This record gives sequence, C-alpha cells and structure tokens, in this order.
Amino acid sequence: MNAAPIPFIRGGKEGAGVRLGVIMLCHENLGLAARMARIWSDGGARVIMHVDAKAPEAAVEALKDALEGTGTIYAPRRSCTWGTFSLVAATLDAAAQLLQAHPDVTHVFLASGACLPLRPVDELRRFLANYPEADFIESVSVRDVGWTVGGLNEERFTLHFPFSFRRHRKLFDRYVRLQRRLGVARPIPQGVTPHIGSQWWCLTRGTLEAVLNDPRRAEFDRYFRHVWIPDESYFQTLVRRHSVHVESRSLTLAKFDAQGKPYVFYDDHLALLGTSRIFVARKIWPGASALYDAFPRRTEPADADEEPDTERIEALLDRAAARRRLGRPGLYMQSRFPRKDAENGKTAQPYAVLYGVGDLFLGLREAAAQATGRTIHGHVFGRQEVEFADGGLIGPGALSAHVGLRNLDPQGFLASLIRSSDPMPAFLYSPRDRQYLNWFMATDPNAQLLVVTGAWILPLIHSGMPFDDVRRIAAKLQRAEVRFLDTLDSVWVKARVRRWTLAEALAQPDEVWSEICMTLLPEGGAASLPAPPLQDITGVLRLVRALRNAGLRPRKMGDPRVLRALAAPLPVPEAADSPAEAGAPPREIALPRQRTG
Amino acid sequence: MRKFKQRLVTMFRLRARRQYLLARAIRRGRHLDSVRDRTAQIAPGDILAFVTLRNERVRLPYFLDYYRRIGVGHFLIVDNGSNDGSREYLAEQPDLSLWSTTASYKGSRFGMDWINALLRRHGDGHWCLTVDPDEFLVYPHINTRPLGALTDWLASSGMRSFSAMLLDMYPKGPVTAQPYAEGQDPFEIASWFDPANYSIRKNALYRNLWIQGGPRARALFAEDAENAPALNKIPLVRWKRSYVYVSSTHMLLPRSLNVVYDEDGGEMASGALLHAKFLSTFADKSAEELDRRQHYANSREYHAYQQGLQQRADFWCEQSRDYRDWRQLEDLGLISRGNWA
Repeated sequence: MNAAPIPFIRGGKEGAGVRLGVIMLCHENLGLAARMARIWSDGGARVIMHVDAKAPEAAVEALKDALEGTGTIYAPRRSCTWGTFSLVAATLDAAAQLLQAHPDVTHVFLASGACLPLRPVDELRRFLANYPEADFIESVSVRDVGWTVGGLNEERFTLHFPFSFRRHRKLFDRYVRLQRRLGVARPIPQGVTPHIGSQWWCLTRGTLEAVLNDPRRAEFDRYFRHVWIPDESYFQTLVRRHSVHVESRSLTLAKFDAQGKPYVFYDDHLALLGTSRIFVARKIWPGASALYDAFPRRTEPADADEEPDTERIEALLDRAAARRRLGRPGLYMQSRFPRKDAENGKTAQPYAVLYGVGDLFLGLREAAAQATGRTIHGHVFGRQEVEFADGGLIGPGALSAHVGLRNLDPQGFLASLIRSSDPMPAFLYSPRDRQYLNWFMATDPNAQLLVVTGAWILPLIHSGMPFDDVRRIAAKLQRAEVRFLDTLDSVWVKARVRRWTLAEALAQPDEVWSEICMTLLPEGGAASLPAPPLQDITGVLRLVRALRNAGLRPRKMGDPRVLRALAAPLPVPEAADSPAEAGAPPREIALPRQRTG
Repeated sequence: MRKFKQRLVTMFRLRARRQYLLARAIRRGRHLDSVRDRTAQIAPGDILAFVTLRNERVRLPYFLDYYRRIGVGHFLIVDNGSNDGSREYLAEQPDLSLWSTTASYKGSRFGMDWINALLRRHGDGHWCLTVDPDEFLVYPHINTRPLGALTDWLASSGMRSFSAMLLDMYPKGPVTAQPYAEGQDPFEIASWFDPANYSIRKNALYRNLWIQGGPRARALFAEDAENAPALNKIPLVRWKRSYVYVSSTHMLLPRSLNVVYDEDGGEMASGALLHAKFLSTFADKSAEELDRRQHYANSREYHAYQQGLQQRADFWCEQSRDYRDWRQLEDLGLISRGNWA
C-alpha cells in the first residue's frame, strides 16, 4: 500500500493549507480538559468534545462555561466503557459532526482530556503540511506485533468477549481459555487485515471521510462491536483500506507499562519532555503544575522542523519496566523477595568458593589475596564465627560476624555479602561449615566452585584429639561432603565447578593454584606468584588406615596408590598391614586401642 | 482435598482474628477522649496521618512540618498521657484532631487498638499513613513529587498498601553526644545507617516479610538474634473499615495487604521510614519507658538499650553510610521505584 516513496515537502512554511480539527474524549477531571481544549482552540484548531455520559452534570456545565467563546462544539454524550466499542462509536459520531460543522478542516487529531500539547499548535500544523496526504496512525499487523499486554493479538479479532476485563477478570480469562480449547474463531470480514496500534491518531480529512462513508461501514461496525479493545484496532485496521500514505506512528506519546496502564509524567520530567520535540504527551499527573505551566513550549527555530524524538523517554520507561519485571539480580529486599529458582540472578556478581583448598595450602588466603588483589574471606559459614577478610566483627555492608544473625537468613547474608563486595570476592568453604547454601550456590551461574574433595582430613591429622573424637568428626565431615558432591552431580547445576580429589591436588598443587588465580583474576593470565606451601601431609596414610580399620572407609580421597606414593617419603614402614604396625606409637594422633587383645 | 480443608481452616482462623481485633478496637476506642475534633475538615481524597505518642514535645514541630510538606492533609493523634506540653501544642494545630487517653499503652496492644479505632472511624476511603513521631517516610522521587502523586499512582496500579521498612539512623559517636534542638532536622545529627545487613524471612500465615538487622541487631541483639526488632512496616494503606493492623504496622489483615513484594524476581515500589530514635533525647526516653514497663516483650529492647547506653553505645562503624537522598537508598537496594518512572 505504501510502495510510493514518502512524499516530504519542506514547503508549508506557516502550515498554510492545514486546518486542524481536534476530537477530545473526556470523562474525568473536566477542569483540566477545559484547559487543554483552550490550548487547542487558541492555536487555531476546531475542537469537538465528547464528554462521557457518566460525568456529573455540574462539571459539564462548568466546562461549557469555561470554554465560552472558543467555538467548541459538543458531541452527543455516550456512556463509554474501557475496552468496548462505545469509545469508537463516540469517536465516529464526533468525527462526522466535526467534519460537517467545519468544512475547512483538513486534518483531524484524536486526543483525550489528559493529553497535553507539548508544542504549539502551529508547529504541529507546519509539521503536517510537510507531509500532505499522510495519516499518522500507528497500525501494525497483528501477525507481527508481539508487544500487547495479556498476549491477546490475533485473538482480539476472532474470539468473543462478553465479560468485562476490569470487573470480571476471572470470568474473562476463563472464557478466553474455553474458546481456545473449543477452537472458536469468528470470521473476519472479507478484505480486512487486522491491524492494531495506539488509540491516538491524526488522519487527513479524505481518509476519515472514506472510513465514515465506507459502503460496508455497517458491516464493519457490527463486526468491531465484538472485537476486544476496538479503539486500538478499528481505525488502525480500516485506514489500511483507504489511506494513500500511512505513517505508522502516533504523534501522541502514550506508553503503557507491563500492566497495560499508561505511564504518567511529573514535574521532574520537564527537561526530558522539553527536549523530545514530541507534539502531545499523556498522561500528565493532574498535580504536575510545572508541566502544565511550561507547555506548550515553542521549539528552537532551528529544530522546529525536526522530527519528534521519543528515544530518551522510551529508554527511561523501558528501564522502569525492566526493574518492575526483572529487578536487580542478587537483590533481596522488602519489595523484591523472589521464590526459589525464580530469582532472575541469585547473586549480584561472580564469586569464588574455595572448597577444601584452604585445608590443602598453608596461608592460602594471604597468598591468593597477594597474587590477585581480590578480597578472600575466611569461612563465612563457619559454625563458631563469620570470618571476614579483615578479621573484623563487621564485614561488607555492615554484616555482623555473629553467627546468630547470619543464621536468621543465610541466603540473604550471602547475597548481601556478594552485592556489597568488590568484584570477584572469594571465601573458604569446607564440610566443617554450615551447609545451608549448597544447592543455592550449585545452581547459581555466578558461583565459581573450586573443590578439593577429601581435604577435610588434613586438619584432623594434626588436631591432637583422641581418636574416638577424630573418628566421629571424620564421619560427620565425610557425610556432609558426600551430600555436597551429590548436589554438584545434579543436572541442575549452573555453577562452574572444578573438582580435584585430595590425591590429584597433592600430585599437582601448581595446577590447583593456577586455577585459583585464573578464576579470581581471569585477565591476569597464569599465576605470577608461586603456589603457597602445602599443608604437612605426614601421617595422612596412617589416619586413613586407622579410620578404615575403625569401620569408616574414607571416600573421595582419590586414587589410593597416588596417595601412597605421595606420602611415601614419610617414615612409615610399608608393611603397614602387619598387626605389629597397628600397635606402633602414633606420632600425631591418638590411635585406637588395640582390639585384638 | 486435605489441602483445601487446611486453606479453609486458615481462612476462618484469620477472619476470626480480624474480627477479634476489630472488636477490640471498637471497645478500646471508647477509652479515647476527644480533645480537639477537627475531622469535619477532612476532604475526600485527603491523605491522613495517624499517630500515637507520649511526651514528644521537642520532636513535634519538625515532625508535623515534615509531613505537611510532603502533603499530609490531616493529622489524627492519640496522646497517651503526655505531661510535657505535647497536648497543648497539638491542640493548637489547625489541621489536627487530638484524642487523649490515660489507659494502658500495653493493654491497648501498644496503641494499635486506638489507632485501629481511629482508622475505622475516619480512615475509610483515604490513603492513611500510620507512623510514630520518630519515623519519617521517604519514598522514590520524594524530592520532586508529593505524596499524593505516589498514592494516585498506587491506586491506578491497583495497589492498596505500600511498604516502607524501618531504617535505623544514628549519629557518629555516642548517641548522646550532640543535643537535639526543637525544630531541627534530626538527620543532621543521626545521619548514618547500615547499608546491607538485613535478614528477611517470610511469614507463611500472614504472608508478610519479617525483616531484622541494622545497627540495633548487630550492636544490641547479636547474642539474641531471634529477638532483634522487626523492621518491616506497611505504613501507607488505602483504608477500608474491614482492615485492621495486627501488630504495630508490621502486618495487616486481610493478609493480601501484606503482599507488598514481588516473588517472580521483579521489584515493586517501596520506601523507607527513617527512624530518628537514636538522638540525645533517647537516654531520658528509654529510662522513662523502662520505668513504665509498657513496651513489647517486657520491654526487652529497652533493657538492651540501657545496657548499651551505659557502655556509651556508638553504632557507627566503617561500613556505615551517610544519608544523602532517596536515590542513594535505591542504589543500595533498600528501596525501589519499581516501575514508577
């Protein structure tokens, strides 16, 4: 339909030849509507008003008084309900009456009582004169929109909508579902391609007359009476039958939020609206007196012919919509408390969890902090205390080192810690710690888990505790570790996991170290500093054996042969299985009493 | 089927609870003696503020001025036996209705029965703000938009209640170091707050969030975390006669009013009540309150304060933030503008 190149004539200096007519639809706040009508008529536009039949009589009288002498005419009042044909019918009546009363009108602009003209009417006239024949109406084929709220696109045209969307929402939704299931499809009149778009348009006299006098109008009206929200589809569809040149955009800025409610503008949007060169904006908060006083405002002469620029405003509104719909990742607060696995980002930024690694290397935190410059906290999920990087009683975000406060909401604690930290914070973790958040971290794409399994045994070698206690603790730790590893084996894991067994880590400590450095400082390349010294592993074999003999088979330690080879320099005779060996005096820990006696 | 039955039982239980609280409000409301009744001045659409207080004379001028400036239309205040001139001062204010009672604060559920009674009588159909004299509401865009802009927007979004968590403010140095003068902005002195140490749990029965943390939790309740004061508040509600506050302004019935948060990851709009409790006036106040034994959970909080104060409590730490404006609170994730662009 628009194959012809867009005619653009920069000739209409004073907008000569354009006479604007304005249809105003009003239902509340008539005082404001009167003020807006005066702006239009003072600018030389012919105004026709449609006032909702539900508006109180006294207010209507006051409106008419206020507009005395402006030549405003009034359309017969209908009772209008949102989303129904009544709005279209009111518009059609008013349009016919306006065209008849003012034969000189060349363009008709549809506005509401809450639409504020941001630029003077003569600038709009001049703009329209640059586009003779053009109809400014957003008209998008329903097949290609994809932006309507509620997901009703084509179905607006093919289903039945006998129930009010606002008052009987449940019934409305159920009836739509039922029709979908039954495959109901009302036939669309021949020659009509459904289009939808903004309710606010500006049409040429010719196009509007063609729509009004269409020989098939009765048929179309009958059909659209049952279309959902016809004020966004009647003209938008039919204009495609008659218009020579559809400019598919609205001259009125009217953006809707995720709930289908128009955005409202306030005094603090003044600068934004002022530089936008938009002709008309809605909605304006009735109390935004600075906006009502400032507009309409003449554009700089150099810009007077420029196109409206809605991009900055749309960016602002899109940001707001995104905040409402997606929120800020990793934030848990009074008005954002996502359900499990509906978080849109469980944490605010990447972080590293060093599981077991702290038991493997001596002085790991200091070494890693020195090598990478990152903040390395200690065991923040420790059972006795929260070990912040600086060892203080108060950590990032003023989090307390008291475990009682942390345990009220461990997930919130971790999320706050990560959100309040410098980039890529890390902390130590082990089966000795509280295991509240294994699932949370495993399913968090921000988590970088560096896991050395079986490392929990190393601190036990040198603990000096009686063997019975060591045995009991070892069993507990191993159980916790197996549960953690089960979580890591789940198909839902989103974290990046790197795993070594104790034997592997002992065999190649430099690999573990360089992986830690790479994770904490990806841009830093290979580790620049040498790995910190390993924990003294003398006696690990003896302890493993003792535990095994006490009925606890140590798992997840890795290949026993590797472990044995690594621990070989240790002065334990290889004939370890002989009964004599079991009775040898222990070096580090108290072995179990001989049971053979 | 069992689930359905359970839901039904819960529904009836909550309904019974609401009706009990309403009955209490009506009964205890009779203990209120009207000192000045200017409620006839209330216009439709006015935003109303409801307050219970005792001996707050020094704070009142700034308090009233603050809320007048953001657009509160009428104050409805219960004076619980002040003897410092608060009552006389309040009675002179042109936009204020005053009731007085000497009945027990504790016996009226810490004043909530009185407030519920007034809300029921005068709040219907209005946006009602229920605050203490040391709580100052901050909401998104407060520097450029009056409270009426917020309530209009809430109403058009189909929302009936607005969350504003309590944000404890404190000075740098001992609480009693800088004297507070009448009419002064309390946040010139108590300008610091804790940015991100708040724990949140959901109350499954009432569906409200239970927020604890901040300086009081970390400095006074670290060993007794479960009993740290609740910070979640829903002070702004478009009132209906069937509504009732259950426990302070922490939660309401019907419980749908407590769902002021999004559970799908999005953010709803929310504000904060800046809590100007920790000023020089606090030392005398807490000693007096401890004497009266009229506070929640056997005044456990006030015992902790007394102990803390004797050790010259200083809430300030390296991580404390100096309050600037609402944008700072939003950047820190304490409040949100939601989609109120």
